[in-house]
Amino acid sequence: MSDIVEKTLTALPGLFLQNQPGGGPAAAKASFSSRLGGLVRGITALTSKHEEEKLIQQELSSLKATVSAPTTTLKMMKECMVRFIYCEMLGYDASFGYIHAIKLAQQGNLLEKRVGYLAVSLFLHESHELLLLLVNTVVKDLQSTNLVEVCMALTVVSQIFPREMIPAVLPLIEDKLQHSKEIVRRKAVLALYKFYLIAPNQVQHIHIKFRRALCDRDVGVMAASLHIYLRMIKENPSGYKDLTGSFVTILKQVVGGKLPVDFNYHSVPAPWLQIQLLRILGLLGKDDQRTSELTYDVLDESLRRAELSHNVTYAILFECVHTIYSIYPKSELLEKAAKCIGKFVLSPKINLKYLGLKALTYVIQQDPTLALQHQMTIIECLDHPDPIIKRETLELLYRITNAQNITVIVQKMLEYLHQTKEEYVIVNLVGKIAELAEKYAPDNAWFIQTMNAVFSVGGDVMHPDIPSNFLRLLAEGFDDETENQQLRLYAVQSYLTLLDVENVFYPQRFLQVMSWVDASLSFLDGFVAEGLSQGVAPYKPHHQRQEEKLSQEKVLNFEPYGLSFSSSGFTGRQSPAGVSLGSDISGNSAETGLKETNSLKMEGIKKLWGKEGYLPKKESKTGDESETPPIPQESIIMENVDQAITKKDQAQVLTQSKEEKEKQLLASSLFVGLGTDSTISLLGKADTASHKFRKKSKVKETKSGETTSIHNITCSSFSSLSNVAYEGHYYLNTLQDRGDKEIKTNSLNSELLDSESLTELPLVEKLSNCSLSTPSLFDDNNMEIFHPPQSTAASVAKEISLASSLLEETTDYMHSNLIEVCNNETVSVSSYKIWKDDCLLMIWSVTNKSGLELKSAILEIFPTENFKITEQPGCCLPVIEAESTKNFQYSVQMEKSFTEENLSGFLNYHMVDNSVQLEFSINLSLLDFIRPLKISTEDFGKLWLSFANDVKQNVKMSESQAALPSALKPLQQKLRLHVIDVIGNEGLLACQLLPSIPCLLHCRVHADVLALWFRSSCPTLPDYLLYQCQKVIEGS
Amino acid sequence: RAGRGGASAERAGRERKDKKMRFMLLFSRQGKLRLQKWYLATSDKERKKMVRELMQVVLARKPKMCSFLEWRDLKVVYKRYASLYFCCAIEGQDNELITLELIHRYVELLDKYFGSVCELDIIFNFEKAYFILDEFLMGGDVQDTSKKSVLKAIEQADLLQEEDESPRSVLEEMGLA
Repeated sequence: MSDIVEKTLTALPGLFLQNQPGGGPAAAKASFSSRLGGLVRGITALTSKHEEEKLIQQELSSLKATVSAPTTTLKMMKECMVRFIYCEMLGYDASFGYIHAIKLAQQGNLLEKRVGYLAVSLFLHESHELLLLLVNTVVKDLQSTNLVEVCMALTVVSQIFPREMIPAVLPLIEDKLQHSKEIVRRKAVLALYKFYLIAPNQVQHIHIKFRRALCDRDVGVMAASLHIYLRMIKENPSGYKDLTGSFVTILKQVVGGKLPVDFNYHSVPAPWLQIQLLRILGLLGKDDQRTSELTYDVLDESLRRAELSHNVTYAILFECVHTIYSIYPKSELLEKAAKCIGKFVLSPKINLKYLGLKALTYVIQQDPTLALQHQMTIIECLDHPDPIIKRETLELLYRITNAQNITVIVQKMLEYLHQTKEEYVIVNLVGKIAELAEKYAPDNAWFIQTMNAVFSVGGDVMHPDIPSNFLRLLAEGFDDETENQQLRLYAVQSYLTLLDVENVFYPQRFLQVMSWVDASLSFLDGFVAEGLSQGVAPYKPHHQRQEEKLSQEKVLNFEPYGLSFSSSGFTGRQSPAGVSLGSDISGNSAETGLKETNSLKMEGIKKLWGKEGYLPKKESKTGDESETPPIPQESIIMENVDQAITKKDQAQVLTQSKEEKEKQLLASSLFVGLGTDSTISLLGKADTASHKFRKKSKVKETKSGETTSIHNITCSSFSSLSNVAYEGHYYLNTLQDRGDKEIKTNSLNSELLDSESLTELPLVEKLSNCSLSTPSLFDDNNMEIFHPPQSTAASVAKEISLASSLLEETTDYMHSNLIEVCNNETVSVSSYKIWKDDCLLMIWSVTNKSGLELKSAILEIFPTENFKITEQPGCCLPVIEAESTKNFQYSVQMEKSFTEENLSGFLNYHMVDNSVQLEFSINLSLLDFIRPLKISTEDFGKLWLSFANDVKQNVKMSESQAALPSALKPLQQKLRLHVIDVIGNEGLLACQLLPSIPCLLHCRVHADVLALWFRSSCPTLPDYLLYQCQKVIEGS
Repeated sequence: RAGRGGASAERAGRERKDKKMRFMLLFSRQGKLRLQKWYLATSDKERKKMVRELMQVVLARKPKMCSFLEWRDLKVVYKRYASLYFCCAIEGQDNELITLELIHRYVELLDKYFGSVCELDIIFNFEKAYFILDEFLMGGDVQDTSKKSVLKAIEQADLLQEEDESPRSVLEEMGLA
């Protein structure tokens, strides 16, 4: 073809000087004298975009004047309309001309109408309000006695028509199905197809007429009806099985050359029609042996008849192969189809090769041996200069990935990923790599490294499921706790290494993942230690003096990355992964030493899965010649299927040039596990694929297991810490923490004894009993330095009594009083908040007061945009027995900042035969998401300097509070601020807004005035906390 | 046209599933758009963005490369005829080769109609190119594979043009003839 148009000019402006371009017909002549011609020539002569803009603006204003002038004739209007279209094509807004397009279609003679309709179809879309004005015109034209007019109306209807106006034209179009002219019948069928697409219900009653169209004596009408059938069969294949015979007959006639030669395309009979029929047969025969059997003959004939004379026969063959692999399999046909794919794959024409790969990708799961047959071609395509070929090859490899070839395939995918800049490709590929890594990762190190690559490249664009799945995996872990630890340790170590590299920027999402995994920010330790060893003075309360000096420090560099800070320290529970390498305990050389020992220890840990399925030796050999046993096996298969190809392959093997050898090696590592014996497993890939990184199925079990183990870690790190860092308040802290625990356990025990009671009275006596067991720690006189343990313990002990039916793990946290939120004669719903370290846990206790069983009780919380609400599993059996209480737990995480918001929901239950619904709501405040931030004095100093948002305020204290410790006490108790240090008349406190926005408070007492100074990375948080502090201090 | 979408989103979703062809573009080697036909409602802004991006991608392709492209969630089939690129966006599942033939058939129709078509014919008579396209593809689907009947329909309407000034009754007779 190109030879026909090759004459096309290369130098456009030169030709304008001539009178006639390229020998076009009369139409071309006319355009030169027209205004459009002038415009086009003007535009072409311009060199800058700016000039073009100017010219078009002129043109548009002159058009505006012309179309609104009363003297403008319809003929002139038609001319204007063409220029409107041209301006819009250049990307300029000509919307003021739309109404005139409608008018032109309405009022013009046939020629003008034609342009009017064209402009409407180009300018408007289906729900454009102007389109309604066209309906009457269409109705009128459909009723015209003029064939051309009818055809124009039908053409516009099948392109663009308001759905709600279909009834106005439907009867007219139905009539046209009986029209004497085939062109009208054909266009009517296509208009009905359009209606079927946008409003299937409106054309349901004419299905019988579609059948008549299918049997129309005109091929064009019949072919048009196939569009409708393809769509209807796609939606409901079983409803049209009776037509299989008809479709087969039609295809036989087409293939047999029984159609008028008009329908031939390069002497191939009606290729579009053939493809349409092949698709229909594929849909009808899917999973249906009987129907498929009807099609075998004609498919065989189609394959045979498609002589490879023209590209279009490849298009038919491709469709044929697709159909053969879609329907109930017949080995003879499959064999032929496989050979056909071979012709594509081995073709020197790049388009055919691409389709060959596409076909392979489609059939590979059914027939993995095909990949073996073409392995050398696939290897070649992997390094093809055209990225499209490469990408299709990767798609193919993705389908054949297994535990043995994953490393090679993912490596190839990563290579491609690093080369591409297209966002869509990155998102797609990153998703695939993450999926494969999770399924088949050979070991921890590989998994973490691969995921690091995924996050580095795709962090900004990837599907949010990827990081959340990854983090869940780290958090929930596997059956073996030591494995979990190793995986987490490896992850943290790898992040430390990554962050060590200077001048590298990581995507926000990756940094979030890192911070989440290592919530203690241990990757900052190195810096802190370095700073200290270089003689940087540790934090002093008079931070103002240091400000200048320290602001030059690197610590500021971390701020723009938006690192999330969360509470650190050795409790480790703040980090769901349970790994905390870290150390807010810095400040002197002894502690720096401790950290080093810590990290050294971890490096010594062996990081292998040691699980069944992972064979470290085998993995290291991948790509070695010793790994080639699959090859002989493959050769046998190849001989069976296609001897010629085998010989060729063997010849290649014999050549053994260095390059060839490399390819062979690559092949052996790529196609390992694809031999005959693995065929079965590949076929059932979806079912049998063993997820290496499978999450535990029983969530509850995981949870409790994890909790225990974390506690263990906690304890062990505590003991080691207290041995080494035997420094006053740390030791105290440790002991206090233990004290806390004891108290909790104690009160829990007492609760168990008293578990029936739901009394709201704080069990003060119990508290005092508990306190007695560790009197020295909770003596009020011991408060010179610290108050927290006492108050924490007090509040826990006070409220723990209410948690009669809580799961054990929840009792570790502070919680609010139980408040009844709604009730009726049967049930009472009460609620309380548990301020867990990483979220707010809402508990709704449903007490069945009646003597009957409540069936299918559901408690649901309405979603809100500010929170992410997750139901905690394992605590909501649908039946509530008589006179008992059931708890529903929801974890609430803040999504958007807010100050106060109601959380509403309902309880629904069945009793006897009635369904009852009770609604309730509870108020949440930002305070519910404030948690203590346990950092060291030094870290406080560093952070203080890095925060830009601050607020200062003096608050008058009552006399009873005059001493700083007693002034801080309520802040700690009521606002959950963590008291880091009290030095003289100054106090340092820190808290964080979940998930991880830190806020620091410095206070100083002057007589009866408390000077509060807040700083945070968040601009609004200091104001909010100041207000809350004022309330607390003035209120007490 | 900015308010496009919204209520029609659901419908568009249904249609999208079945629309084999999303749009067809003709543009020159210099990156000038010569013809655009959208078979699925797309906002002006999005159209411009897509056209600009796609032209860039296609023009950067080397001559011996594959005629198919994966672009966004679409498959793009393109072919260059002299100075003009013909470019169709189809669904990934669709048959790329037959789309390439569809482009070719369209070029054949243009060629037959204009008599050795060149880019200038399309620049100055783009409305004719649209008429032919609309007669060949209806809503993105092949309407008629017979070259003869497509051109017959176009010529029938064109005849009216020659008789532009003729009275209406004569035209009607011709239409019926």
